[in-house]
Amino acid sequence: MDYLIQQLLNGLMLGSLYALIAVGYTMVYGIIELINFAFGELFMFGAFISIAMMVDSMAIFGQQVNFPGLHFLLAVPIAMAVVAGMGVAIDRIAYRPLRNAPRLAALISAIGMSILLQNVAQAMFGSSQVFFPDIGMFTSDNGLPKYITVSNAQITYLQIFVVAVTVAAMLILNFFVQRTRIGRAMRAAAQDKSTSALMGVNVNRVIAITFIIGSAMGALAGGMYGAIYHFAKPDMGFIPGLKAFIAAVLGGIGNIPGAFLGGITLGVIESLGSAYISSEYRDAFAFVILILLLIFKPSGLLGSHISEKA
Amino acid sequence: MAEVGDSSMSEAALLLVDDIHVYYGNIHALKGVSLEIKRGEIVTLIGANGAGKSTTLNSISGLVRPRSGAIHYDGRDITNVPAHKTVTLGLSQSPEGRKIFPRMSVRENLEMGAFSRSGQNLKDDFERTYDLFPVLRERRNQPGGTLSGGEQQMLAMGRALMAQPKLLMLDEPSMGLAPMLVEKIFEIIQEINDQGMTILLVEQNANVALEISHRGYVMETGTIVLTADSQALLSNPQVQEAYLGAA
Ligand SMILES: Nc1ncnc2c1ncn2[C@@H]1O[C@H](COP(=O)(O)OP(=O)(O)OP(=O)(O)O)[C@@H](O)[C@H]1O
Ligand SMILES: [Mg+2]
Repeated sequence: MDYLIQQLLNGLMLGSLYALIAVGYTMVYGIIELINFAFGELFMFGAFISIAMMVDSMAIFGQQVNFPGLHFLLAVPIAMAVVAGMGVAIDRIAYRPLRNAPRLAALISAIGMSILLQNVAQAMFGSSQVFFPDIGMFTSDNGLPKYITVSNAQITYLQIFVVAVTVAAMLILNFFVQRTRIGRAMRAAAQDKSTSALMGVNVNRVIAITFIIGSAMGALAGGMYGAIYHFAKPDMGFIPGLKAFIAAVLGGIGNIPGAFLGGITLGVIESLGSAYISSEYRDAFAFVILILLLIFKPSGLLGSHISEKA
Repeated sequence: MAEVGDSSMSEAALLLVDDIHVYYGNIHALKGVSLEIKRGEIVTLIGANGAGKSTTLNSISGLVRPRSGAIHYDGRDITNVPAHKTVTLGLSQSPEGRKIFPRMSVRENLEMGAFSRSGQNLKDDFERTYDLFPVLRERRNQPGGTLSGGEQQMLAMGRALMAQPKLLMLDEPSMGLAPMLVEKIFEIIQEINDQGMTILLVEQNANVALEISHRGYVMETGTIVLTADSQALLSNPQVQEAYLGAA
């Protein structure tokens, strides 16, 4: 029972990270029907830039560079802002010129972007793991993680933090999309770009905002991933990116609450699956879910918004 | 271009379209379209399917960009002004096929109509729209996609009016509606015009449209082939044969 609770919590934490990356996939897909494979890499950059902001110095392109040595809580927002800028640049350079091209062209551009970013990261940070410093606030003096005990299960402060931050981010995002003027413009553009333009919506700007949000969420996930696993690596975004994409499909691509639900569901299934079935198949569970989903409920748990468009 | 009746240029013109050419890839959709709308008029644009009526409206709105020619509105050149900016100048289009946002409530659809007027109090606008289309008041919290065709048309018109335009462009407002509703829609168009709105109307239902409009243009494969007062067009044998269903 306690083991189960422990695994559920691990699943929630992992699922939170998937959910945050899935937001980008689902929002961008919802508006331009493009799977921006580069979100996995933006997640990776989120982790690296967080490290850079937290350390005093670090090798970039083989040169030792001085950094401010900020607290995690300051480092991650900076990483989010930088990565948001990268996301907008990617849209401008790789996707906007292809807006009216066949969809396959943009998809290939996305895969190219993803590979390019991985290579850039390798050139900048090297190809081996870079240590992600301990974030301090959830570690007790003896170096062990702080935790609370519920019945006999240990819940770490970090687990609570990651889930709480994710839930808060999702609530803010939901408020933004449902209640603000820009959010309304985003929903309108996702349903009909020409008609939104007739109403006065600057569709390219709305798309840029979507990339800002998606990229920042990915970077947030990257920072928290680093805090949990204590490393960053240029190829670290590939598998989480793929799983987040599956989470987005699972929740119903284009559907923001669906991305949250899909991420959490995937994280929990993966945790329980590797705990009770086999940890060697950890990565396989996601793909089994994807296959089952595509066979039995291709519109996802909460229903994709795309099907209504036809 | 055959000129029938009096349609000489006047300085009261709110909109002047001057010899625009529009291409979709290799398709030459508009081959030199010119037209003029004076303040306070209802002008009807009729023509067969594919003649270029919607393309003309979309050029004016800024959704498509003419390769050559010019569009002047209210004394300024708007040829290359994009759609999200023309609406702030007072041009509003209710597009063909209504194009309601299906997953937004009726109220939110109307709010989108007023998107270009950010920060303004919309209370009176909602009241006016709901008075014009009482059914929208009843349905205000229902998703747009669940409305009937007629209700969606009213919503599309209401939404276009929420922009408080100076020129309202309606692309086939009677499409797919029962005769009773068609009559109702046209009554409302006339009512809006009586309150001072300038209207450019694209219609397949040429008879009714010409009944309520002041002047009309006839389009064929990308050009204007005829323009005259609506009464003159109604009694023109060619027009009667091609668009009014006369034997
Ligand atoms: N997006 C587009 N891409 C390519 N061709 C287009 C596009 N839109 C319109 N066309 C072509 O341009 C021509 C004019 O089309 P348009 O929609 O303006 O006609 P219309 O007079 O509004 O017709 P309808 O009465 O059927 O609405 C047609 O030949 C059409 O096939
Ligand atoms: Mg048309």
